[in-house]
Amino acid sequence: MNIKGFATSLAAMAWLALAPFAASATGAGPAVSHFTLANGLEVVVIPDRRTPVVTHMVWYKVGSADEPAGKSGIAHFLEHLMFKGTEKNPAGKFSQVVSAIGGQENAFTSQDYTGYFQRVTREHLRSLMEFEADRMTGLSLTDEVVLPERNVILEERNQRIDNDPAAKLGEQIQAALYLNHPYGKPIIGWRQEMEELNREDALAFYRRFYTPNNAVLIVAGDVTADEVRALAEETYGKIPRLVETPLRKRPQEPVPNAARTVTLTDARVAQPSVQRQYLVPSMATGKPGEAEALDVLAQVLGGGSTSLLHRRLVVEKGIAVSAGAYYQGTALDPSRFTVYASPKPGVTLTELEAALDDVLAEIAERPIDAADLDRSKSRMIADYVYALDNQSMLARLYGVALTTGSTVEDVQARPARIKAVTADAVREAARKWLRTERSVTGYLVKDAAAKGEKRS
Amino acid sequence: MMMFGRLPFRRLAPVVTALSVLVPLLAFGGAAQAATKIERVVSRGGIEAWLVHESAVPVVAIEFAFVGGANEDPAEKPGVANMVASLLDEGAGPYDSRAFQEQLEQDAVELRFRAARDEFRGSLRTLSAKRDKAVELLRLAVNAPRFDAEPVERIRAQILAGLKRETTDPDDIARRSWWRTAFPGHPYGRPERGTLETVPQINVADLKAYTGRVLARDNLKIAAVGDIDAKTLGEILDRVFGELPQKAKLSDVPAAKPQGLGRRVVVDLDVPQAVMMLGGEGIARKDPDFIPAYIVNHILGGGSFSSRLYHEVREQRGLAYSVYSVLIPLDHAALFLSGTATRAERAGDALGIIESAIRKMAESGPTAEELAMAKSYLKGSYPLQFDTSTKIAGQLLQIQLDDLGIDYIERRKALIDAVTLDDVKRVAKRLLDGGLLVTVVGKPKGITPSAEPG
Repeated sequence: MNIKGFATSLAAMAWLALAPFAASATGAGPAVSHFTLANGLEVVVIPDRRTPVVTHMVWYKVGSADEPAGKSGIAHFLEHLMFKGTEKNPAGKFSQVVSAIGGQENAFTSQDYTGYFQRVTREHLRSLMEFEADRMTGLSLTDEVVLPERNVILEERNQRIDNDPAAKLGEQIQAALYLNHPYGKPIIGWRQEMEELNREDALAFYRRFYTPNNAVLIVAGDVTADEVRALAEETYGKIPRLVETPLRKRPQEPVPNAARTVTLTDARVAQPSVQRQYLVPSMATGKPGEAEALDVLAQVLGGGSTSLLHRRLVVEKGIAVSAGAYYQGTALDPSRFTVYASPKPGVTLTELEAALDDVLAEIAERPIDAADLDRSKSRMIADYVYALDNQSMLARLYGVALTTGSTVEDVQARPARIKAVTADAVREAARKWLRTERSVTGYLVKDAAAKGEKRS
Repeated sequence: MMMFGRLPFRRLAPVVTALSVLVPLLAFGGAAQAATKIERVVSRGGIEAWLVHESAVPVVAIEFAFVGGANEDPAEKPGVANMVASLLDEGAGPYDSRAFQEQLEQDAVELRFRAARDEFRGSLRTLSAKRDKAVELLRLAVNAPRFDAEPVERIRAQILAGLKRETTDPDDIARRSWWRTAFPGHPYGRPERGTLETVPQINVADLKAYTGRVLARDNLKIAAVGDIDAKTLGEILDRVFGELPQKAKLSDVPAAKPQGLGRRVVVDLDVPQAVMMLGGEGIARKDPDFIPAYIVNHILGGGSFSSRLYHEVREQRGLAYSVYSVLIPLDHAALFLSGTATRAERAGDALGIIESAIRKMAESGPTAEELAMAKSYLKGSYPLQFDTSTKIAGQLLQIQLDDLGIDYIERRKALIDAVTLDDVKRVAKRLLDGGLLVTVVGKPKGITPSAEPG
């Protein structure tokens, strides 16, 4: 038998030390620590000792929904400009260091949060924390770097939105759904406002929102809470509270009264589709159990190929090539529940929408099949166990929660709360929230006449 | 409870002698911790897999690949492998499509298949508590797919809808146009997912012929990671793969070089941003120059915020959000590809800047400082490829497919350290001096298409 490569020095290798992980099949997670420094910076430590890698993230509690009127896109533009250097570390230095140590880095902006992260081997954590703490206060911008970067975000808009009819429609649906709340604005920004964003706008936004008392530090990986606490005190802990913690009180939606529709017509639409979004509570705004019921509803109704929408429209009636639903529960303010379907050739969007409505009526009126409910819940709970295998994903779970009005305890209670959702609660969620007057329906078509016509 | 005993594939007794060849995984430096290792497991039936046994998280990941992939599509019917990949979990053994999907979802078993150009790939992820059930579903999918009429037609319609969407997507058009032009008459020139013309022609006999030829034991590589020991894995290997034919019947795919170098193809599409793809000959994975070439590419346009292309195209001029270059060492051709997307009126400028950065790299090569940075990056970033079970399994599978040896992870650092400035200068010229085929989609200003070759 072949035993080539037999190695004797196992101890020399740093790998997969047994983790102090209290993982179980019910989704209980690792021993997460959560504390706050004197300057108001929240810290979360998620140990995963299997591999000598750490994920270091700083999340600011600010997103596109916090932008001043007329400055759409500034939260995301600032995220790009955060890579342009500080008084202490000139442009490119931080990225060069991350690159030289073999790290990965990036950043992201959403409606409610902006995050920066690096993934490195554990011995480099302190250096990252020094750099990241430095750019929490030391950002230095000149027009020489700001103006080309504005072109970059305009190209990003081209690439993500303007080159893609479906993305253009999504932007319009969102704008129509929110009559008053800034969630109606695209995160990337409206083009004409992006074109005017400048250095002063970015710095004003930075000074208002980038302060330790408006941020969350998350470190996941091969570290202990004590190590992280000591490093955090020595780096971020030196930064004073710069401004009062911003209040996140955005203009709220009126009670929706009328179903709305939007149609995006583009000669490049080769495959039409219909999509409807409903204004619904988020985890932060819903009553206890309400967001979980909506989550389970999305799974039963439209999560994958055993869901009711897929079964009825794609398999049984054979009128759609795809159909599904999803719910974004993580939001500080009322969020969205989406259903969608794309027709087979020869089926009109009008016919497809009617069949979609039949399925929505079915789930609101008839008892939910117990097997469907159990299957959906097991699938959702298992995702929390799978997350334990991925330190970046765990870090994100906590980061999103803490910047959208939830707590560490909420994250840990999620599997149990999902388990507790009853068939009645799911049906009640459908009845209460999936009402057409709360919705915008969007049609993606090749030409204006195509919506009701028999063509593909 | 589901019954599995009545199925026809059960006769292999679940007994195994697992031969473990222990190789320490990862010379990652840093503090010495309890070591874990790669075990080379050979089942009683002679099926080999590489295993990392790690029980801190109650999850098992198995990644496997049959050499063959979309290359094994019939020449006149591209898209067969892709359709098979979409149908293996749509009904198998006693379960029709819905029952099979419900079984997967009930226990949160993640089972996926994918037809790459050179391999037909499979991936299983399960909670360890559901492992037996997951393995049984995998066994059925691999050995007894049903290809019932309903799922075949449904999946066909889904694939066609996707292909239709691609007909107006600038990225897809640029990609298809590049591969078609670079590899006329070769399997690499055929679209992996087929076309609007070929997918309607594919029938169940084609699907069965494909699985009969390609899903076999002599072209199979397997990696497993997580909460499973060598003995159990050995039993599973025999159960899942033991009934497959010993030998695959693969076609003879000729080695190829990309054609049309120096040409510029423009496809008109009414979009605000022009998407472009540039490509030429690369360097094979087993070529001694591969690692120097990998370093050269990293410096030119590989994945970090410090590459020359990132700096020239994005940072300095704001011409694009994304710009990249990459080495693609396929089994039968080696490629170098690059690309970006920029506003139509600056397309000619962006192309000129990319071409000039490539030419400069070919002529002068990297600097000593760039080389040192790149080596440091490539060594330091390797552990990040090993921090989830699925990623580890993916790495172990790729090392087997590339035939680099079970000790590659240990040897890699020395291979990188050995690269000299002379090496990268020489290889930069070899890699980048050969001319590029360019495809551009949109309404690009300043780019003139070449005349069609007669």
